[in-house]
Amino acid sequence: MKNCEYQQIDPGALGTSNTRTSTTLPCGRKNSQRPRRKWEVFPGKNRFFCDGRIMMGRQCGVLPLTIGLILITSGLFFTFDCPFLVHHLTVFIPVIGGVLFVFVIITLLQTSFTDPGILPRALPDEAVDIERQIDNSGSSTYRPPPRTKEILINDQVVKLKYCFTCKMFRPPRTSHCSLCDNCVERFDHHCPWVGNCVGKRNYRFFYAFIVSLSFLTSFIFGCVITHLTLRSQGVNGIIQAIQDSPASIAELVICFFSIWSILGLSGFHTYLVASNLTTNEDIKGSWSSKRGEESGNPYTYNNIFTNCCVVLCGPMPPSLIDRRGFLPPDDAPQTVTSDTELPPFMSKNDANMCTQGTKELLESMAHSSVIQSTCAPGTPKTAPVSQESLLHTISITVSPPNRPPSTGCSGHQALRPIDVSCSQKGNKRAALHTHKPMLRVPSPPCSLGHSPIILSDAPDMGFIPLN
Amino acid sequence: MATEFHNLQELRHSASLANKVFIQRDYTDGTICKFQTKFPSELDSRIERTLFEDTVKMLNNYYAEAEKIGGQSYLEGCLACLTVYLIFLCIETRYEKVLKKISWYIQEQNEKVYAPRGLLITDPIERGMRVIEISVYEDHGSSGSSSGSSTTSSSGR
Repeated sequence: MKNCEYQQIDPGALGTSNTRTSTTLPCGRKNSQRPRRKWEVFPGKNRFFCDGRIMMGRQCGVLPLTIGLILITSGLFFTFDCPFLVHHLTVFIPVIGGVLFVFVIITLLQTSFTDPGILPRALPDEAVDIERQIDNSGSSTYRPPPRTKEILINDQVVKLKYCFTCKMFRPPRTSHCSLCDNCVERFDHHCPWVGNCVGKRNYRFFYAFIVSLSFLTSFIFGCVITHLTLRSQGVNGIIQAIQDSPASIAELVICFFSIWSILGLSGFHTYLVASNLTTNEDIKGSWSSKRGEESGNPYTYNNIFTNCCVVLCGPMPPSLIDRRGFLPPDDAPQTVTSDTELPPFMSKNDANMCTQGTKELLESMAHSSVIQSTCAPGTPKTAPVSQESLLHTISITVSPPNRPPSTGCSGHQALRPIDVSCSQKGNKRAALHTHKPMLRVPSPPCSLGHSPIILSDAPDMGFIPLN
Repeated sequence: MATEFHNLQELRHSASLANKVFIQRDYTDGTICKFQTKFPSELDSRIERTLFEDTVKMLNNYYAEAEKIGGQSYLEGCLACLTVYLIFLCIETRYEKVLKKISWYIQEQNEKVYAPRGLLITDPIERGMRVIEISVYEDHGSSGSSSGSSTTSSSGR
């Protein structure tokens, strides 16, 4: 309650109009905004389902076709071919077919719905720090950051590229997928058949999918051939056999055309797994000896078995984008960052905090789990306001300053009214800042605010002058 | 109320975030998660070099343990393959267990070492494992000119 009164006093004491009280809801009053999860503000082009549990690329590509083909072919097989084969051969045929079918469907869904290894975009203060390091190494005048940085990996020079979208130097083997608008670790390729990128976290699912699909296709193909052969061995001949079981022809056609590409793809990816390469590297010829330089793959273990084990059975890295984490409530920390400039937990203990020094403050912040949970790596277009007072380059180096604020909120597929109100808040908070130059604004360690417009207002603020 | 406001404002000024230091990744051993142990100059006056290096080395050891390729990870991988990877929905992988240990370790380090020195480490997982973010706070209540010195040092860089 004291915090609420403090918020009311603060703008009045400074003689400014606090438009936030009309739009945000201070604590203690009614809070009609439900806490939002991070997937709702994810900047990449991805779709999220089941409240963030399932994700895929925005363009699902031909995934419905893939699923449809598999279901239709398998359905026809189990309906028309299996009864004959069970009667004439063995009951294990539908059993094996069923196991393969289940493998295929599960691995396909896992490939499609798993985070491929998306790297969250760099927060603005990180981006500014990188820019500052680059500037330090050269002249003091502004120039665009260099696109590459060379590092040594296993005594081999590897160039790291700077991603202008994600505002960071991409780690090795990471690539930016333009379809999904994300940097993906160990980027293999964007597969339209599964409607998702294939990267570090879902490569093993993808490989299992194509291998089991090649087994399933071959199995169905073989079974259909056997079925037609057995039928035609009767008195009636092949034509009658086809007339008795027309579905088999459809299966034959589908399997015949898909078996070449699926088997080819499986073979290609088996080669990639054995040499610890990605499709991206292979196509670009990153480690090809044709370049004339002495370059080999620095990531290979020079042992086929080890490479296979590492790629397919290595530890499963966690998802870095934390899609189901909660964003900090719009009122508490954002109000804190712009008006009260206190870390979120202080609103609860303000009576004690009045008499505590900074060190006790920091120790209790270290205890607080709020700090850990209020980080939102998926919101790159926001700026911790404190940095603007200290880092004068933010207005010119953090791009794009002119992007409309609603992009940051509605970059995902689920457009909600909250996104509109979020951009409104950003505008109002920017106005608030231009009127309150006297306040220094310490942000919590993981600051968050839907206020990209502040970036462009930075030079106008009467903060501690720099240079 | 006015007194409270004044004290809170003082505290606000005395608990201001001065700077953030980012420890970048070290890719010399490949794509494994490892952070540079080079001591940043911004922390020169705030913390002893050995304490900082011990923290980063310990974190690197934890990450190496999480990503270690050995018997246990192969077993986990093969079991996952046999269960069509559905086992990932049920059990906590070794990586996740080590990440919890890392969170606990960072919290402990913050409480014992960094917060008393006006610093705060952010868990790298919150930053997509790109950087270790160390927030540097200035205590204006105890050192009056520290705010000026912090901005001078940051602008003079």
